[in-house]
Amino acid sequence: MGKKILTVSELRVSVKDKNKKREILHGIDFELLRGETLVILGENGAGKSTILNALMGNPNLKVSGDVKFLGEDLLKMKVEERGKRGIFLSSQSPLEVPGISTTEMLRSALEERGERLSLDQIRERITVEAKKLGLNIWFSERELNVGFSGGEKKKNEILQLLVLKPGLVLLDEIDSGLDVDASKKISEILAEYQEETWAAFIVITHNLRILQSLKVDKTILLRDGMIYAKSEGDGLIKRIERDGFSGVFEQISGGEK
Amino acid sequence: MKTSMKGLNKDLILRLAKRKNEPKWVTDLRLSGLKYWNELEMPKWAPKVFGEDETWLNLDNIEMYVEPKSEMVSSWDEVPTEVRQVFDELGIPEAEKEGLAGVGAQYDSEIIYHNLKEKMKKQGVVYLPMEEAILDEKYSETVKEHFMKLIPTNDHKFAALHAAVWSGGSFIYVPKNVSVEIPLQSYYRLNAPGAGQFEHTLIIVDEGADMHFIEGCSAPKYNVANLHAGEVELFVHKNARLKFSTVESWSKNMFNLTTKRAIVEAGGEIEWVTGNFGSKVSMVYPMTILNGEGAKCDYTGVSFAAKGQVLDTGAKVVHAAKNTYSIINTKSLAKGDGVSVNRTLAKILPQAKGSRAYIDCKSLILDKEAKAEAIPEVKVYCMDAEASHEASVGKISEEALFYLKSRGISEDKARAMIVRGFTDEISKELPIEYAMEMNNLIRMEMEGTA
Repeated sequence: MGKKILTVSELRVSVKDKNKKREILHGIDFELLRGETLVILGENGAGKSTILNALMGNPNLKVSGDVKFLGEDLLKMKVEERGKRGIFLSSQSPLEVPGISTTEMLRSALEERGERLSLDQIRERITVEAKKLGLNIWFSERELNVGFSGGEKKKNEILQLLVLKPGLVLLDEIDSGLDVDASKKISEILAEYQEETWAAFIVITHNLRILQSLKVDKTILLRDGMIYAKSEGDGLIKRIERDGFSGVFEQISGGEK
Repeated sequence: MKTSMKGLNKDLILRLAKRKNEPKWVTDLRLSGLKYWNELEMPKWAPKVFGEDETWLNLDNIEMYVEPKSEMVSSWDEVPTEVRQVFDELGIPEAEKEGLAGVGAQYDSEIIYHNLKEKMKKQGVVYLPMEEAILDEKYSETVKEHFMKLIPTNDHKFAALHAAVWSGGSFIYVPKNVSVEIPLQSYYRLNAPGAGQFEHTLIIVDEGADMHFIEGCSAPKYNVANLHAGEVELFVHKNARLKFSTVESWSKNMFNLTTKRAIVEAGGEIEWVTGNFGSKVSMVYPMTILNGEGAKCDYTGVSFAAKGQVLDTGAKVVHAAKNTYSIINTKSLAKGDGVSVNRTLAKILPQAKGSRAYIDCKSLILDKEAKAEAIPEVKVYCMDAEASHEASVGKISEEALFYLKSRGISEDKARAMIVRGFTDEISKELPIEYAMEMNNLIRMEMEGTA
């Protein structure tokens, strides 16, 4: 695999909460190579989504630490720069943006990357990717996520991913809202995408179905804004599945750590 | 040779009437207008328009009548470069640019237009300059019956001014059951620089007829002027249908104080699509009277108040007959230190049983210093009727910006996309070249290049 795509050290993130600063992440370290998949696990409120939002540059977060993306200082880059250079966040509940179609958004996004496509060309490009998801171009012509079901929103995120071809993919509960078959299908699509592009994935999930076609290289267990445990491969996932978070916390605090 | 037409007094009006060689009833309306201009006050809620310094309105500085220049430019190349640039920037189709600049017909599309005009003539559609219609033996009676009947000379201060000094505009009559295929555009009337600031448009759509009229104040004007007080009177007869679209973009030293009114008879329908851009101060509130059973009004409007501008716009509907229906949908934007006021009113009179009115007005504030207000009002004087309204004033959502930017779209472009999305419903109602033009106007206002 080789090349490092992301190095995160001492990542601290806080938010303004009723005019008080509250730290959510208290120094996180990990690294990721091209083509790798990292799974972040943890209870609700552990800070999982905050890691992804900090990497994407969410303006509501105050972020410090040292983060290198392809060797460059990520924290100095504007959100749009991060997007343009290939970071892609699929958030937990994708926003509805009235008046803008997915097609129009993708066309602008590609134009920012130096690729000017006519309306016909972009539609053609989208059609090819939409087919993989069992969708057609009309899905993309609708206003961005407006009135979409939870599952449709998630499919729309994957559609955007397939068109924009990012190198670092941040998936925050991509499977929520998807039915069993759709989860399976999207897992396959993601695996295929990774194989083709050598993109790195950071995946947050409570549902292992989405991982079934992916090879998990690293796992992080997050607790109260800190890394509680790490494993190579998916060992940790299997333990949590078997014993639950509380079981694993007990084992670790019982001296195993 | 040229006598000043500045200021407003009886002498000037009589000179104007003489020059136009108009019948006495028209001059009487002018004099009535003058009387009310002197008597009427500005409404208390109105934005400031009068002032001492020359950036404000002072009638002593305004040419009330400009003789159409006889020397029109004869080719596109003779149009001043900066004017051409603005037209290019706006993406106005070649043929329309020619029309706007007062260039004669020589392009295919104009010939097509000419051919259509021939067809309309055969259908009996009348499309004449207002002054010609007044003098025309065939139409003068019809004109007299309708002219300034919907908007009386004492309606408000600027209606009175308009009555006193009006000049130019169009008269359109669509006979019974005639459907006019292509939208009629006022470009072809307002091509003389300096004319048309007090134009009067009178449209009569007879029973069962159907037409779309587009007011072509669609570019920063070739003729820079500082007061526009036009009037539009629309008569929609039984089961007739009229769509009236306007895309206005005035220079930023313009006071746009225009009055538009429609009356719709039983089973008739009017659809308004309005885009207000530019001007220093605008006060425009097209009004519809639903006068016959089952009459309908659908109003869609957008206005954009950028730096230094006050755009006080909106719409009014009066339900005066049973089972009438209206929907008002307005969007306004404010940027820089611009002020946008979005006023809407639906009034249901006691006789209008079974009527329904719905108002939705939304304002979007683009900058910290910008101000926007949405003032929807429903007045229901009838037990058996329904009216509701929604209003909101908001900012560009930071979440939406983050979403678009995270896909690699720059801040400015993301903002422009959101704004365009906000006004999308209105663009959709316009023919493609006008929709493009409106999108371009929004883009130019966003970039501050308008």
